[in-house]
Amino acid sequence: MKTRLARHWISGSMIGLTYLAAVLATLPLLLILAHLIRKGAASLSLSFFTHMPGPVGETGGGMANAIVGTLILISIACAIGLPIGIGAGIYLSEKRSMPLAQSVRFLSDVLNGLPSIVMGIFAWTLLVRPVGHFSALAGGGALGAMMIPLVTRTTEEMLRVVPTSLREAALALGYPRWRTSLSVVVRTALAGIATGALVAVARIAGETAPLLFTALGNQFWSTSLREPIAALPLQIFAYAISAYDEWHAQAWAGALVLISIVLVISLAARVVTRSKFGAPVD
Amino acid sequence: MTSVAAAQAPAPDITRQLGAIEARDFSFWYEKKQALKNISIAVPPRAVTALIGPSGCGKSTFLRSINRLNDLIPGIRHEGRMSLDGQNIFEKSMDVVALRQRVGMVFQRWNPFPKSIYENVAYGPRINGIDSQVSLDEIVERSLRRAALWEEVKDRLRTSALGLSGGQQQRVCIARALANQPEVLLLDEPASALDPSSTQKIEELVYELKQELTIIIVTHNLQQAARASDHTAFFFLGELVEFGPTDQIFTRPREERTEAYITGRFG
Repeated sequence: MKTRLARHWISGSMIGLTYLAAVLATLPLLLILAHLIRKGAASLSLSFFTHMPGPVGETGGGMANAIVGTLILISIACAIGLPIGIGAGIYLSEKRSMPLAQSVRFLSDVLNGLPSIVMGIFAWTLLVRPVGHFSALAGGGALGAMMIPLVTRTTEEMLRVVPTSLREAALALGYPRWRTSLSVVVRTALAGIATGALVAVARIAGETAPLLFTALGNQFWSTSLREPIAALPLQIFAYAISAYDEWHAQAWAGALVLISIVLVISLAARVVTRSKFGAPVD
Repeated sequence: MTSVAAAQAPAPDITRQLGAIEARDFSFWYEKKQALKNISIAVPPRAVTALIGPSGCGKSTFLRSINRLNDLIPGIRHEGRMSLDGQNIFEKSMDVVALRQRVGMVFQRWNPFPKSIYENVAYGPRINGIDSQVSLDEIVERSLRRAALWEEVKDRLRTSALGLSGGQQQRVCIARALANQPEVLLLDEPASALDPSSTQKIEELVYELKQELTIIIVTHNLQQAARASDHTAFFFLGELVEFGPTDQIFTRPREERTEAYITGRFG
């Protein structure tokens, strides 16, 4: 029989282990951040955001085109991924047990697990090859397609936790079903849906593989949707595998900017979620 | 019909329909499970009818058939007739939205929208196209007064309904239902999660409201049925076992099963 002391000791060390695991879970992010700041902060200046990439051998220069390009690509992806994803999520939560809903749900999960390089090749076949050239549109399309299943599933989950009692309250007051869904169910879950959308944006912002065969990247300033466009992940990739120290430094700085964008979006998602509970009601 | 209504109740608005619910050989199935078996009942208008019976006996199903709130459940089926003021509520020409405005409902667990008290009560009228501030103010005040809540909340109409006590939230829900000017009010165990004094308030309210509308209340609380209702219907295993004046049901039940239930031998 174990003594009381032994039980006490085992309990204490088990709790200690879980603490350790919790700390280890966040360690990679902290290490990455520290490393990026150490390597990238030196090359980071205002001109990094306002200047174009410089020629080899010259210090300075920035990634203005890539930062703007990433923002454009994210916008295109949102224009495609959000309406389809949110719409499909509403459908899944409204028609939970229909056979079509069940297959859509299953396929969304499969799509969620699809390697992003496959998505890139797919987008190339569909959006690049028929047109004959790489374009921002194709890159945004690939990212948008990646967003769809993410947004679909989070939207459905968020709608699902809206209590049935609220839905019934509106129906019992004589609200038509579509209006109940939109004005009561979706509105109640709006903060959650917005969070899901922001998480999806954060996720695709750093994707490189789907852009390799679609947006391609661009050393010059371009905001045309029909032309190849620069993107931060692509620029980082190109600079990181280059042979020049200046470019390596620029790649570190680009990585730091990219991770900052993702962190800011994630933080925004947290703030939006919190306001769900503390928000003053109308 | 108008003259009957006028004779029965000195309601302010005598042009309204009576709110007579009648079921004839009404049966109801969830998938293969039969929840109601050949129910025939004429619920007296402008009175309180209590539905009692053990859990799963079909009383809530019956209640939710009256405003067709069961419609959304896949695999349901019904037979027979259910009518409101002589009109079959399941016929094709029936406008479910209009039906639910005529038949208000209050649920066991109070469910105000996460909005202000005012917006909760104004929710129904708004969808009916009433958007003038003056009319809405008037409807909100009248409904809250009828729900015996006005004095308690008149200074905080713009604050969240979720900040009120449970009993007050339930009365917001009653006011919200009343704002639609229904003929029938369905109460699904409205006080089962409330403390005794809130319960008493709800019962007093039911007593007041029956002068103007038909009230059907599902309750597990037999004392409540005895106190608050004029008529009582006892449901058991999907059947309507006995229906009659509350006094008679509780003092001289005709059916053995009714007696067994009200004396606590099962259920």
